[in-house]
Amino acid sequence: MLGNYYTFPELLLWIPLLMGAMVFFLKDSKTIKAFALVSSLITLVISVISLRYTDMAHHPEYFAYNNVSYVWMPYLGASFSVGLDGMGFLLTFLTAFTFPLIFAATHKREYANANVYYGLMLLTQAGITGVFVATDALVFYFFWELALIPMYFLCSRWGGEFRIRVTFKFFVYTFISSLLMLIGIMFIYLHTPAVSTLSDHSFYLKSFYNATLTSAQQNGLFWLFFVAFAVKMPIFPFHSWQPDLYEQSPDSSVMVLSGIMVKMGIFGMLRWLLPIFPDAVGKYQTLIIIFCVIGILYGSCIAYVQSDLKRIVAWSSIAHIGLMGAAIFARNNTSLQGVMLEMFNHGINIIALWIVVDIVEKKTGIRKISDLGGLAIKSPALSIFFLIIVLANIGLPLTNGFVSEFLMFTGLFTYSTYLAAFACISIIISAAYMLGMMQKVFFGVPNSYTENVIDITKGQKLILSIIVLTILILGIYPGPLLHLTRDTITQILQTIK
Amino acid sequence: MNAIIISALWGVVMMFGGVLFKRSSTPKYWAVAGIIILLAANIWEFFGHQIFTIDTKGMLRFDKFGLEFNTISFLCTLLYFLLNGREIEKVGENVSEYFALIFFILCGVSISSSFNTLLMLFLGIEIMSIPSYILTGSDKRNLKSNEASLKYFLMGAFSTGLMLMGIALIYGGNSIGSFYIDMLDLGKGTMPVMIAAGLVLLLVAMAFKVSAAPFHFWAADVYDGAPTVFTSFMATIVKIAGFIAFIRLFQVSFGVIQQQWQMLIVVITAATLLIGNLTAVFQQSVKRMLAYSSIAHAGFMMFALFALNDTAREGLMLYALSYSVATIGMFAILVKMNDYTIEGFNGLYKYQPALALTATIFLLSLTGIPLTAGFASKFYMLMAAVKDGHQVWLVILAVICAAISAIYYFRVIQAIYFKEPPIEIHPALDVTKSFKYLLIISAAILIIAGILPSLVVDWLYF
Repeated sequence: MLGNYYTFPELLLWIPLLMGAMVFFLKDSKTIKAFALVSSLITLVISVISLRYTDMAHHPEYFAYNNVSYVWMPYLGASFSVGLDGMGFLLTFLTAFTFPLIFAATHKREYANANVYYGLMLLTQAGITGVFVATDALVFYFFWELALIPMYFLCSRWGGEFRIRVTFKFFVYTFISSLLMLIGIMFIYLHTPAVSTLSDHSFYLKSFYNATLTSAQQNGLFWLFFVAFAVKMPIFPFHSWQPDLYEQSPDSSVMVLSGIMVKMGIFGMLRWLLPIFPDAVGKYQTLIIIFCVIGILYGSCIAYVQSDLKRIVAWSSIAHIGLMGAAIFARNNTSLQGVMLEMFNHGINIIALWIVVDIVEKKTGIRKISDLGGLAIKSPALSIFFLIIVLANIGLPLTNGFVSEFLMFTGLFTYSTYLAAFACISIIISAAYMLGMMQKVFFGVPNSYTENVIDITKGQKLILSIIVLTILILGIYPGPLLHLTRDTITQILQTIK
Repeated sequence: MNAIIISALWGVVMMFGGVLFKRSSTPKYWAVAGIIILLAANIWEFFGHQIFTIDTKGMLRFDKFGLEFNTISFLCTLLYFLLNGREIEKVGENVSEYFALIFFILCGVSISSSFNTLLMLFLGIEIMSIPSYILTGSDKRNLKSNEASLKYFLMGAFSTGLMLMGIALIYGGNSIGSFYIDMLDLGKGTMPVMIAAGLVLLLVAMAFKVSAAPFHFWAADVYDGAPTVFTSFMATIVKIAGFIAFIRLFQVSFGVIQQQWQMLIVVITAATLLIGNLTAVFQQSVKRMLAYSSIAHAGFMMFALFALNDTAREGLMLYALSYSVATIGMFAILVKMNDYTIEGFNGLYKYQPALALTATIFLLSLTGIPLTAGFASKFYMLMAAVKDGHQVWLVILAVICAAISAIYYFRVIQAIYFKEPPIEIHPALDVTKSFKYLLIISAAILIIAGILPSLVVDWLYF
C-alpha cells in the first residue's frame, strides 16, 4: 500500500488540500471548526507515523515511502517530485503539530464566513507543506507562491483596521522577491545536466546541486535567491512589512505566519541557497552576518521600547530570526544544528506567545502594556504558563530555547568572536523586555481593565500545558531532533570546497 | 485555407442575414453556429484535411503554429460570443452587421497567421483593421465612440501607409526583387540601407498594430471609447493576431540578422512594459485600467520577438490563450457592472459570489500567480528571454513590472472582497445562470492550462 500507491509527502500535502477544499462547502460554524481540527489531527497522525521511517539504515523502504515523482512537463524537464529528508521531516512535523494547536487555541473565536476562513487556513497548510517537501525547483516555486495567496486573503479579509494596506505591502514584497528568485531558477536550469532524453535540462533538485556555474554567475544568482528568502524570514533590512502585519493580522493567521511561514525562508536558505552557491555564500557570509547582527540588536532594542503586546512579540521575532540567519551563514556543524533546533523551537515558542497575548487581549480588551497589571492574582494558571514561555523565549537553561541558542552562539563564536559577542548582547536585552513585559502585565495590582478577569478554562490549560511540556522536554532532551537532521547538515557541509 | 474561406463566407451570410432576420436575437445563434463550424473546419485542417484546395502560389503557408493560433482565437471568439451575445444586441440596431464584421476580422486573423508574402501580410492586417474601425464607432450616438473611431482610423491609416512604404522598400532592396518572406535572403552582413529603412518602417507599423510603446497612444482612448463588448474583442484577438503576424514576419524574413535589430525591440519592450504598467496604476476606471494593462501585456508578448526561439513561440501560444480568456472574462463581468470605476466592484462577493470568484481568478491570471495560465505564459516568455542570454536587465525589469501590475489588479480584488458594498439597493445585475457557468468554465480553462501548459504547447509539435 504505502510506497506503491502513495507516500508520506503526498499524504501530508493532499489531506489538507482536499479537506480545505471541502471546508468551503460546509455551512455550520461548529461543523467547520470540528472538520478543520480533525483534518489537522489526521495530518498530525500521518506525520508522527512518518517519523518512524526516518532512518535509512534501519528501514530499507525509506526511499519508497518518502520519495515520489510524477511526469509533469517532460519536455521542460519538470516533474512533480516530492520527498522528505531529515529537515523535511522536522518541518512537516512542526507544521502538522502546530496546526491542531492553533485550531484548538482559537476554537472560541467566531469568524464571519467561517467556511472560507478555515478553508484558506487548510490551503495555507498544504502550501507550506508543499514548500517543505518539494524536490523540484518548479514545484518549490509553485508552492512558495501558493502559500502566500491564501494568507493574503486571510489577513486582508479578517485583519485589523489597516489590514488592506499592510497585507498588500507584505504581498508586494514577497511577490517581487519571489519573481526575482524565479529568474534565478531559470538561469540555473539552463546550466543543469539532463536527467532524461526528453529535455536538455532539468528542474530536479539534484540537478540544481550539480549545475555548472562559474563563480561570477554564482555571485549574481546568489542575491536573486537570497532576497526572496530574506524577505520571507525577514532579515534586516527586508523586515519592514513584518511588525505591521503581525499587529493587524487575525490571531490564528499570525500564528501560522510567524510560527511556520517564516520557516519557509530559513528552509529555502538551507535547502537551496547554501548547497547551490557554496562559493558565493563563502564570499558574502560576513556581510550578511553583519546585517543579521544589526537586525538582532535593532529588533531587540525596538522590542524594548514597544508598548503594545503584539508589537513586542513581533520585534522579538525579528531578533530571533536574525540570530538564525547569522547562524545559517556561519555555516558550521554546530551553528546549523542550532538552526535546525531553533526552527522547531521558535515555531513552538512564538505560537505560545501569541496564544497568551490573544488570551490576555480577549480577557481585558486591550494590548497596551502600561494599562495592564495584576493578572497574576486574577489568573494564576495563565501567569505560570506564561512565565515558562517567556523563559523559553529568553533562552534559559532547561527550556528548549537554551539548547538551540547555545548551539547557534557557539557556532557563531567559531566563525567570528566579535560578531558573536555583539549578538550576545541581545540575550540581555531580550531578558529585559520579556521580563519587563511579564512584570507589567502580570504583577502589580489589578486595575480597572483587569479587575473582572477570571482564570483560563480547562481547554486553554490543556493547550498551554502541551506547549509547556514540549518546551521542557526539548530543553532537557533535544537528542531526537538533532539526530533527525544530522544527515541534512552533513549534505550541506559537503558542498563547501 | 478552410478558416479563411469559411469565415469570409459566413461574414457575407451574416451581412445579408441583417435583412432577413426578423428578431434581433436571431443573429447571435447564427454567429455561434458559424464560429463552431469555423472551429471544426480549422481543427479538421490542423489534422491535415483540406476542404478547399486552392493554389495560392505559395503566398499562404499553413503550418502548425498558425493553425493552432487560429484554433485558440476561434475558441476565444466562441467564448466571447457566448458570454457577450446579449450585450452585443444592446449596442445598436445593426446586430447582424456587428457579427458579420467580427467574422471578417477572423478572416483577417487567419490570413495574418498564415501569410508567406508581404502582400498577404498587408491584406491580413488591413482586413483585421478596417472592421475594427467600424466596430469602435458602432455606438453612433456616443461622442466618445465617434472620437475613438476617427482617431483609430486616422492613426491606423497612417501606420498602414508606413507599412506599405516599408514593403515597397524591402521589395526594391532585396537582390531578387521578391515579396516572399522566406526568399529575401538577406545574408549575414550589414543590411543595405533600403532594407534597413524598410525593416524599421515595418517594425513601426507592426508595433502600432499591437500597441507597443511609443506607438501606443491610440490604444487607451480607442479601448476606452469603443463599446465595452468590442473593446474586449479588439484588445484580445485582434491584438494577438497582430503579434502572430509580427513574429512570423520577423522570424522568417529577418531572423538571420536578428543581432542588428534586437536592440530596437529591447527599447520598445522596456518602454511598453514601463508605460503600460505605470499608467495603469493611476486609473480609476476599470475599463481604462484594462486598456493600459493590455499595453502592459503587449510588453510581455514583445519578449517573443526579442528572443525568437522555440520557447518564445510556445510562450506566445500560451499567452494568446491565457491573456485572451482572462481579458474576455474580465470584460464580460465589467459589461454587467453598473459602475465602471473600481469602487463599482465594492463588496461584489456579497451579492454575486460567482462573479467575484471568477473575476479574482481572471485577475490573478493576469497578474501571473502560479496555478493560472497567466503564470505559465509569463514563465515561458521570461524563460525564452533568459535562454537568449542577452540583456538580463530586461528580464529583471519585466519582473518588477509584473509586481507593479499586482498593484492595479489587486486593487480590484481588494474592492471585491475586502470593501463593503454600497448601502443603497443595487439595480440587480443582469446575470443569467448560463453566464455564470461560462465564466466558471473560462476560469477552469485558465487553471487547467496553468497546471498543465504542455496541453497547449505540445500541439505545436504534433
